[in-house]
Amino acid sequence: MDKKAYWIGLHQVPGLGPKRFQLLLDRFKHPKEVWHARESHLAEVMGKNSSVFKNLLECRQSLDLTAVCTELERRGVTVLTLEDPAYPSSLRNIYDPPPVLYVLGSLEEVDSLALAMVGSRRATPYGKAVAERLAGQLAQKGFTIVSGLARGIDTAGHRGALKAKGRTVAVLGCGVDIVYPRENKHLFEQITNNGAVISEFPLGSPPIPLNFPARNRIISGLSLGVVVVEAAENGGALITTDFALEQGRDVFAVPGPITSQYSRGTNNLIKEGARLVQGVEDIIEEYLSRFPTLLGNTPQQVSWQSLEGLGEGNHRVSSKIEDTALNSEEKILLQLISLEPISIENLIAESGLTPSRVNSILMILEMKGLVNQLPGRCYIRQEKIIKGKGFTRRRFGIS
Amino acid sequence: MLARVASLGLLGLEGYPVQVEVDVSNGLPAFDLVGLPSTAVRESRERVRSAIRNAGFDFPLQRITVNLAPADLRKEGPAYDLPIALGILAATEQIPLNKLEDAFWAGELSLDGQIRGISGVLAMAFRVKNESKRAGRSLSFITPLENAEEAALIADIQVYGVKHLSEVVAGLRGDQELSRISSSLSDIVPLARKSRMARLDFNQVKGQQSTKRALEVAAAGGHNLLLMGPPGAGKTMLVRRFPTILPSLTFDECLDITRIYSVAGFLPRGQAVITERPFRTPHHTCSAVTLVGGGRDPRPGEVSLAHRGVLFMDELLEFNRGSLEALRQPLEDGQITVSRLNNTFTFPCRFVLIGSMNPCPCGFLGDGERECVCTPPQIKRYRQRLSGPLLDRFDLHVEVPRLNFDELEAGIKGESSETIQARVEEARNRQRKRLQDCGIMSNAEMNGTELEQFCNLQVEGRHLLQSAFEKLGLSVRAYHRILRVARTIADLAGSSQIQIDHLAEAIQYRVLDRNQWD
Repeated sequence: MDKKAYWIGLHQVPGLGPKRFQLLLDRFKHPKEVWHARESHLAEVMGKNSSVFKNLLECRQSLDLTAVCTELERRGVTVLTLEDPAYPSSLRNIYDPPPVLYVLGSLEEVDSLALAMVGSRRATPYGKAVAERLAGQLAQKGFTIVSGLARGIDTAGHRGALKAKGRTVAVLGCGVDIVYPRENKHLFEQITNNGAVISEFPLGSPPIPLNFPARNRIISGLSLGVVVVEAAENGGALITTDFALEQGRDVFAVPGPITSQYSRGTNNLIKEGARLVQGVEDIIEEYLSRFPTLLGNTPQQVSWQSLEGLGEGNHRVSSKIEDTALNSEEKILLQLISLEPISIENLIAESGLTPSRVNSILMILEMKGLVNQLPGRCYIRQEKIIKGKGFTRRRFGIS
Repeated sequence: MLARVASLGLLGLEGYPVQVEVDVSNGLPAFDLVGLPSTAVRESRERVRSAIRNAGFDFPLQRITVNLAPADLRKEGPAYDLPIALGILAATEQIPLNKLEDAFWAGELSLDGQIRGISGVLAMAFRVKNESKRAGRSLSFITPLENAEEAALIADIQVYGVKHLSEVVAGLRGDQELSRISSSLSDIVPLARKSRMARLDFNQVKGQQSTKRALEVAAAGGHNLLLMGPPGAGKTMLVRRFPTILPSLTFDECLDITRIYSVAGFLPRGQAVITERPFRTPHHTCSAVTLVGGGRDPRPGEVSLAHRGVLFMDELLEFNRGSLEALRQPLEDGQITVSRLNNTFTFPCRFVLIGSMNPCPCGFLGDGERECVCTPPQIKRYRQRLSGPLLDRFDLHVEVPRLNFDELEAGIKGESSETIQARVEEARNRQRKRLQDCGIMSNAEMNGTELEQFCNLQVEGRHLLQSAFEKLGLSVRAYHRILRVARTIADLAGSSQIQIDHLAEAIQYRVLDRNQWD
């Protein structure tokens, strides 16, 4: 039987956390030895009466390691153990690295250049838009975006990276066979194809609240730094920043309005010395000296379309609506729409156009990928990526 | 002696002739009524006896047998009082027998001989007209004075209104003329659309420009509309003004509606004809039968009462599932068929359905002021209460945002209902002209073939639609709806071809088809 099986088996013993796991490894060198060790020897390390000790004995009896491995294989889950060379080195060096990682998709060499994007689950449209934009720009620079697949900022972060054809890693607080929250099923699949979904929890582990702080230490552990976009005071995202500081990672925070409860946490972070982020440059600057290749992917090759650049006739001639230049009415409306949501009522009043014109122009702008409709008939700007000639995707390992 | 008096019964919305046969013979005094009378009809014996006596005539102390033929149809209601009384008077030779011929009689008697109004007179008058045609001569229809004007809406028959039994007897004896009633049709139609309409107008609503526009489109094409918005957004206020922009009723439409209201007994007192488009707002606790019609002796439901008008279902999702699903067939067919053991009844129900709902269980999704506390799965589950097939029946779904103070202040006062109605009428005229060969009146009624014939898109349009499906995750069912609505928008703009703007606007009205979670 594969040596990995013993890692997996031992890892499934209830109550056997990373620290005690390490203790056992120190004494027995390898999980295989632990699995076959004498009771008396184990008792020396773990204490005769501890519940973990009893759990371990029971698991050795009842657990069918072959079946567990077959199941993992059937689901296409890769298992990385601490002794694996492919185990992310940044994670290996934290205080309590997970002994076993379950991976759907693939963790690659390039994923060592990773940044975490975290924030509130109940994010505002502003927060989501900013997260998506930053994640997209960072991904184009070659960063892998690490986040937790939760609602709000996490989802926006993953999505931004995927839209920019970059790589992203989702760290779950449950088994990798469970999609939580459920509405992110599609996103989950996309991530497995363009990065990895990983978890330290065995298959079938439910997303219980206790798991999430533990999950957060992996998010920061995998990354060079953590970008917090929106966080309420005492929000869960701040747990990640605490871990980041413990692990010696950088902390970046995106400021927000002082009136918004969802920016309290981030604004506090800035007050306490986190780096203030106004644009992707603020983050990249931090890493330029260590990763000079970042300069290689300059914005000349990949540019975010600006308002000024629109409608200058730099598009192909085609009957496709996405490619046609903006007319004057479209420009008027677009100028009124920013990252702050604006209602259709205000758009009609301020543009002076008829409701029917506004309706149809907004739809065309939406089709062109320039604005986004939010619930309540509000609109918000969406930036559009135009690819330059020098841009190659090979670097990201996508065919 | 035997007397025969012609009267009329009702089966659904149709009148049918009933022969009232009265036989008075020697024997122990008795008063028997046969021919499947219901309770109200059976009780007419008491009313008839008292009315004859109190009007000063003799009630025979003999054996009286009354038969209502055809004997296998159930007879409902008090309309047979008058013919039965006349039959008894004729059989006892208090009035001449031959005078009763060539006329149909209907009316309820009070104990003192007064003649009270009945329901369904218009439907009966239609039948009298048919009978006249068959007989080749003009027949008369004698109704309670209260209903005479309603019956007189039908041309080609002679209508007389009576209000007391003694007046009828005097007329039959030749002592005085019965009063002939004729309605002045020309007065009725122009007089339509005042009263309630005069009080409600779209120019009273500030802001909500985008919703008003959606209502205009719905009115112009006869499309069903679903409004989604937080509590207090003004959904109900806007919808109440919707009938003011619908095209005016034609005379035939007035008759259609009046006939239903007459049969249901809902004609307002002293009003012979319905001249306004109906606006029905059933409460969400109502049963499926109340909504679509039915019962032991089937009566029109809310959908039929909304015929040629508006059925507004506020808080659509609070209706029970059975009621909602029962709507599907009538929405599709424009009529509802209720089958009973010995008969089927068909009630027309062509109406514009307007539904309103909250965007999520707490009601505040997308609201600027208050924060929504629902999770996406909760919202999904909430919206799934509206089944796909029913959602399919709505051509437009629109979000109605709640306006904050600034927006209300800045809100443009907007056009009057009259201005909007003029545009709607024009769009309807274009549709009628285009669709007359297909036998339909509005874009909402177009089926697949007609859509293909009248809604072909140019290349740009097809591309727009294609990217809309890709980008917004629209479901396939949206396709036909979008075309139909785009056609109406083009009609409003006076364009014979669906332009890209029209199409783009139509796509905006499919908010619930969008994939909102991806």
